[in-house]
Amino acid sequence: MKNLNYRVVTILVVVALAVWAFYPPGEKINLGLDLKGGVHLVLRVQTDDALKLETETTVERLRDTLTRAGVMFGKLEATSGTEFVIEGITDDQAFRGAAVEPDAVFNRGSGAGRYTYTMKPNIANQLRGEAVTQALQTIERRVNELGVAEPIVARQGGQDQILVQLPGVSDVQRAKDIIRSTALLELKFVEQGPFSSEEDARKAYNNALPPDMLIVPGSADSGAAAGGAPATMFYVVRRASVVTGRDLRNARPTLDENNLPAVGFSLNQDGARKFGTATEQNIGRQLAIILDSRVFSAPVVQSRISDEGRISGAFTQQEAQDLSLVLRSGALPASLTYLEERTVGPSLGADSIRAGVTAGIGGLLLVIVFMLLYYKLTGLNALVSITVNLVLLLGAMAYFGATMTLPGFAGFILTIGMGVDSNVLIFERIKEELGLAKSVRAAVNAGFDRVWWTIVDTHVSSLIAALLLLQFGTGPIRGFALTLVIGLLSNVFTAVFVSRTMFEVVLGRRHAQALSI
Amino acid sequence: MQIFHNANYNFIKWRWHAIIASMLVVAAGAAMMATRGLPLGIDFSGGTYIVVKFEQSVNEEQVRSAVSSIPGDKVVQLYGTAADRQILIRLPQTATAEQGTSLEQGALQVQQALQGAGLPKFEIISRDIVGPVIGADLQRRGIWATLASMAAITLYIGIRFRPTFAIGAIVATFHDVFVTLAFLTFFGYELSLNVVAAILTITGYSVNDTIVIFDRVRENMRSMRKDSLETVVNTSVNQTLSRTLITAGTTFLSVLALFLFGGEALRGFSFTMLVGVISGTYSTVFIASAIAIILSQKRSKAAAPVAQAEARPGRKTKGAKAS
Repeated sequence: MKNLNYRVVTILVVVALAVWAFYPPGEKINLGLDLKGGVHLVLRVQTDDALKLETETTVERLRDTLTRAGVMFGKLEATSGTEFVIEGITDDQAFRGAAVEPDAVFNRGSGAGRYTYTMKPNIANQLRGEAVTQALQTIERRVNELGVAEPIVARQGGQDQILVQLPGVSDVQRAKDIIRSTALLELKFVEQGPFSSEEDARKAYNNALPPDMLIVPGSADSGAAAGGAPATMFYVVRRASVVTGRDLRNARPTLDENNLPAVGFSLNQDGARKFGTATEQNIGRQLAIILDSRVFSAPVVQSRISDEGRISGAFTQQEAQDLSLVLRSGALPASLTYLEERTVGPSLGADSIRAGVTAGIGGLLLVIVFMLLYYKLTGLNALVSITVNLVLLLGAMAYFGATMTLPGFAGFILTIGMGVDSNVLIFERIKEELGLAKSVRAAVNAGFDRVWWTIVDTHVSSLIAALLLLQFGTGPIRGFALTLVIGLLSNVFTAVFVSRTMFEVVLGRRHAQALSI
Repeated sequence: MQIFHNANYNFIKWRWHAIIASMLVVAAGAAMMATRGLPLGIDFSGGTYIVVKFEQSVNEEQVRSAVSSIPGDKVVQLYGTAADRQILIRLPQTATAEQGTSLEQGALQVQQALQGAGLPKFEIISRDIVGPVIGADLQRRGIWATLASMAAITLYIGIRFRPTFAIGAIVATFHDVFVTLAFLTFFGYELSLNVVAAILTITGYSVNDTIVIFDRVRENMRSMRKDSLETVVNTSVNQTLSRTLITAGTTFLSVLALFLFGGEALRGFSFTMLVGVISGTYSTVFIASAIAIILSQKRSKAAAPVAQAEARPGRKTKGAKAS
C-alpha cells in the first residue's frame, strides 16, 4: 500500500511539474512560422568570393612589396579566384628573397622568370569555413537589429547554407534586402573624373589604366541631382582604400546640408588616425565614398577630417535607416544568394491554428466518446491517461523550447492515437484474461504483464523511426519528429504506469468481484 | 461489450488472394506513376507556390488567363473552399532561378500579372519558393530518412523476433508505402514534406500493428507447441483482432477529423494517413504474417520439424516491470 502511495505522489509531482513548465501556454509554447506567420529563408554563402578577395589582396600586397624591394617584374595578375601569375622576372634570386609572404597561403609552381601561384587546398577550405561563420555572425547582428522576436539564424545542411527564420515579419522584401546587402564601405581618393562613360575614363589614361587604379561607377554628385534620374558616371579612383567599413565605430541616419536623409558614420581610433593623416595630406582632392562597388558621393576634402563622415545620396528615410543598420553590423565577407523562401501571412497562420485546433479537439472527443461507450468505467481510466499524456507533452515541449508547427500538431494527434492504442491493448488483454475466469485482480495484473513487452517493442520501433526522422528531417518534419519522440516516452509512462496505478487504487479499496470494462 | 467474442476466422487461408490483390493495386499505382511520373511537390522539384486571397470571389479561369503570359507549366487551382476566395498558383522551377535575386522572379511576375488584370483586390497570404539545390537536398534527405528508419526497424525486429518475421514486417511496410503512393498519384495529391512525414508515420504505425501480432505469436508458440506455425499465427491474428480494429478505428476517426477540419495545409498529410491506416491494418492481418509463414515453411522444409518455437530465452512474462 505504501508503494502505491509513492506512485500516486510521483504521478502528481510529474503532472504538476509539466503544468508549471507550460503555464501560461501563450507565453511558454513557441509557435512555428506556419502558425504565427513570418518568413523562412535559406541562403548560400558564395564562398568563392572570399577566396577571390584573398587572391586579389595577395596580388596587391606582392606588387607593393616587390616595388619597394626594387625587384623588376612584368605582368602580375590574378588568373582565377584561387590562382595568380607573375611574369617577366629577371632576377629570380631577388624575387624569391622578397616574395615570401604569399608562400603561407599559396603553392608556388616551379619555373624561372614566370611563376604560377595556386591556393593551398586546406587554406581554401579554411577560408570558406571562415566566410560562412562570418556571414552567419553578420546576419545575426542584422537580424537582431531588425528587432525580430525569437529569430533563428543557423547553419543548415550543406557547409555553405544558412537558415534564417523571422517570425512575425510582414515586410519580407525589406528583411531580405537587409540580410543580403554586402554593405562593403570603402573610401578612396579620386584620381580623375567623373566621366560620362567607362570608355572616356580609359581614354584619359590612353587605354592603359595603371594597375593601382580602378574605375568605379556611381551617380553624379547628389547635390546636382535636382529632378530626373541621375546619370551613371564613372570615377577613376586609387585601388587602395583610405578606410573601409572595418574601421567604422558607428553609423546612424542623419540629414545632409540640404536637409535630405543621409547616413552619418564615425570611425574607430585606428581608422580615425589613418583618415586624419590621409585627409590632411590631400586637402582639395575628391574622396569617393564607395558602397558595394558604387560611388555614392565624392565630396572635396576641405580640411583634415578625423573621425566623422557622411554618406549622402538620394536616400529615403527608410533607406538611410537600413543602410545605417547594415553598416553598423559590418560587411559580409562574401555575397549571398537565396535558395529557398517560404512566407506565411499572419492570416493564414491564424487559419491554420483554428483548423488544427478544431480538428484536434474533434478527433480527441470522438476517441474519448468511443472509449467511454466501449470500455464503460474503465474508459475513464483511458480518459485520465490521455489527459495526463497531453499535459506531459505540452510540458516537455515548453521545457525543451520546442516549436509547435502544423506537422507538430499532427504529431500530437498521432501520439494520442498511440496512447489510446496502448490502453486498448491492455484493456483487451484484461478482457481476455477475465474470460478465462480469472479474478479481477489477477486479470488486471496479467493484462499489464503480458502486454508490457508488446508495448516496449512497438514503442522502441516507433522511437527508432522518429529519431531517424529527427536526424535526417528538415524544418517542419523535425517538429513532427520531436513531438513524436516526446510523445512516445510520455505514452509509456501514462498508458502503463499511470493507468496501472489507477487500477490498483480502485481495486485496492475493495475486493472487486466485477470490473466495468 | 466486445466486438469479437472468440473470433475465429481463417485469415491464413486467404494469404495468396491477399498477396495477389495487393500486387494488383501496387502494379496499377506503379503503372500510373510510370506514365504520369511521381507527383513531386515544390519541396522536392523546386518551384514557386503562391496563395492569393481575393476580396471578392473570382473563378480559377480569370486567374488562369491573368497569368497566362508567364512562361512555363502553371497550375491554378482553388485553395480550400470557394467561400475562402483563395487561389493557389504554382510555377515550375526555372533554370536560372538561382542567380541572385531572380529566385523570386516568377513570384513577382505573378503579382504584377494579377495586379494588371483588373481582378478584385487581393492579398498574398503565403509564398513558397524552393530553389533546385534545396529541392534536391530535401529529396535526398527524405529518401534517406525513409530507408534508414526501415532498415533500423527491420534490424530491431530481426533481433527481437526471428529474421523471417522481420522480412514479413518490412514487406508489409513497403506494401503500405507503395499502396499509399499509388493512392496519392490516383487522387492527384503531390508529394510534399508533410506527405513524406505522413508516410513515415504510416510505416511506424504499420510496424506497430505487426509487432503486436508477432508478440502474440511468440507468446502462443510456447503454449501451442504441437500446432503448426500456420495455426499459431492464425490464432494470434484472431486473438488480437478486436484490438487491431479498435486501434485502427480510433486512429481513423482522429485522422478523419484532421482531414475534414484540419484545413488546406494539412489536407495532403491527413489523406495520406487515411489511406495508410487502412492499408496498414490490412497488411498487418494479411501480408506480414503470410510472408512470415511462407518464409518459415520454406526454411523448415529445408531444415527440421515445423516451427521449433525459437522463442528467445529469458523472455518469460515474469520479466514484466510495469510497476
